[in-house]
Amino acid sequence: MPEIILVVAEQREGKLNRVSWETITAGQAIAAATGWTIEAAVVGSSVSAIAAEVAAKKIAKVYAVESSNLEPYTPDAFSVALKGLITSKQPKLVLMPHTYQVRDFVPKLATAMGRTVISDCIGFKHENGKLLFTRQMFQGKLAADVSFNSEAPWFATFQNGAFRGDKAEAGSSTAPVETVNAEIADGVIRNRPQEVFKEAKQAVDLTQAEIIVSVGRGIKEQKNIELAKQLADALGGDLAASRPICDSGWLPMDRQIGSSGQTVAPKLYLALGISGAIQHIVGMKGSRTIIAVNKDAEAPIFEIADYAIVGNLFDIVPPLIEEVKKAKAGG
Amino acid sequence: MKILVCMKQVPQKDAPLKLNETAAWIREDVSYEVNEPDAFALEEALRQREKHKGEVVVITSGPARAQQVLREALAKGADRAIHLEDNAFVGLDAFNTAKAFAAAIKDENFDLIFTGLQSDDYGYAQTGVILAELLGWPHATIIMQIEKTESGIKVKRELEAGYFQFVDMPLPAVLTIQSGINKLRYATLIGIKQAKNKPVRKVALAEVQSAIGDNLQKIERLYVPQKTKKTEHIEGSPGEIAKKLVDKLRNELRVM
Repeated sequence: MPEIILVVAEQREGKLNRVSWETITAGQAIAAATGWTIEAAVVGSSVSAIAAEVAAKKIAKVYAVESSNLEPYTPDAFSVALKGLITSKQPKLVLMPHTYQVRDFVPKLATAMGRTVISDCIGFKHENGKLLFTRQMFQGKLAADVSFNSEAPWFATFQNGAFRGDKAEAGSSTAPVETVNAEIADGVIRNRPQEVFKEAKQAVDLTQAEIIVSVGRGIKEQKNIELAKQLADALGGDLAASRPICDSGWLPMDRQIGSSGQTVAPKLYLALGISGAIQHIVGMKGSRTIIAVNKDAEAPIFEIADYAIVGNLFDIVPPLIEEVKKAKAGG
Repeated sequence: MKILVCMKQVPQKDAPLKLNETAAWIREDVSYEVNEPDAFALEEALRQREKHKGEVVVITSGPARAQQVLREALAKGADRAIHLEDNAFVGLDAFNTAKAFAAAIKDENFDLIFTGLQSDDYGYAQTGVILAELLGWPHATIIMQIEKTESGIKVKRELEAGYFQFVDMPLPAVLTIQSGINKLRYATLIGIKQAKNKPVRKVALAEVQSAIGDNLQKIERLYVPQKTKKTEHIEGSPGEIAKKLVDKLRNELRVM
């Protein structure tokens, strides 16, 4: 019997988190490489509709893991429910998207089962019958191929954008859906979550911007942001920033690009003084053209830049603003 | 409130990294610093102690050089430190690191344990959550605010895309702290002086050896990432670069 790959699709507030399609694509790719079978699970209080959505993909089976105690999400309930499913169905490999929710419970689930998680993977390799998971280390400066040194189940999470959701293969027929009632005893759940909310009214929707000029720590001081703003204005674009700039209060939180902020894919992303930490990259790597200015030639941002300018942004940006204005004035 | 802050020493952000002979790790002749998310965790613990009284204890695992992280923490105001000192701790995976910490603190009784949300070297974001499971404590991750309540604490959990969630939790609990939760303080000269007299308990590998086992995962190889993208370097004087760039923006990329 071939081994089973179990993709745990993410459900939040009754809706499928679309990043789950990327995990299905990853699972299908691993299944193709190894010859293993791919199945999926959806966890929540009443998930039959989401399970049906997932069942349209080319997978062998979907488990709808249900309990009223699974809504709202808590790490205690999700760990117990999935431990039950995994113990019963015995998959070799359990895959999830590396979302904030998954990060909140999958290390707990793995530990409860005496196992380990290789998290935030960007790909995999199948070499001589061995499965290796590739992930970034040192904020993207180096890559690592990591193997499991334990019995099944193996747990791995994939970074946003590591696989393409639109490449998840559809099935020729609907996969069977098996409803599994999760047993979650009283007293298991210790956290009492309240409603999810959005903090401030979002003044600017950066996802709609065609041109973004983004600043990182290289901008050094709050007053220098004015320079980046002038460039953004000259180009007719929007100003954005990496997390540390917003943490410092130099730009409001709704200008933040990255895993905690907005994910954008504009025609042009101009990164000024941004090193390219993973948490930032995941929010902008889909941009059509990336231009990076950084005085450190080894900065990880240059790995994904289409155009690289290794230099001091304070030397580069002022003449750039002039040239842009000249060109726009018909020069 | 008795708070433990788990801290890690990592290579400096701009340290040039070189692979070691086996290419399974980096050469250790680099400069090190405190893992930045852990600095935010420490700052939060110090602020909670300022509000509610109590004790802040810091713990780290690593070779002798890791003591620097503890010294800085004590200088900023932590009360005492625990150092699991041995080269071997560097190679432990998150599961074993958490097990070592749990063993080292088995006679303590903390109300809260903080870790930074992830480390800047591995970036796994797991140690705190694993530790909570090993201790049998509730936990919450990526925390931006902590308030004391009648029944324990109320925390503000950060989610993606600007969303947040408040969660009520009992104590004791483990929290992983998000960067930007507060503004980091600097150690004062008085603090640095006082740090010299604060207790640092050393824990040898032998003391926790029975708690840890083989790593459950292995870095087979470490390497400089292969570039899949073709990057064009734009060179010259700033004025030349500006002209070349505008030319590209206008004629090739058509964004102007």
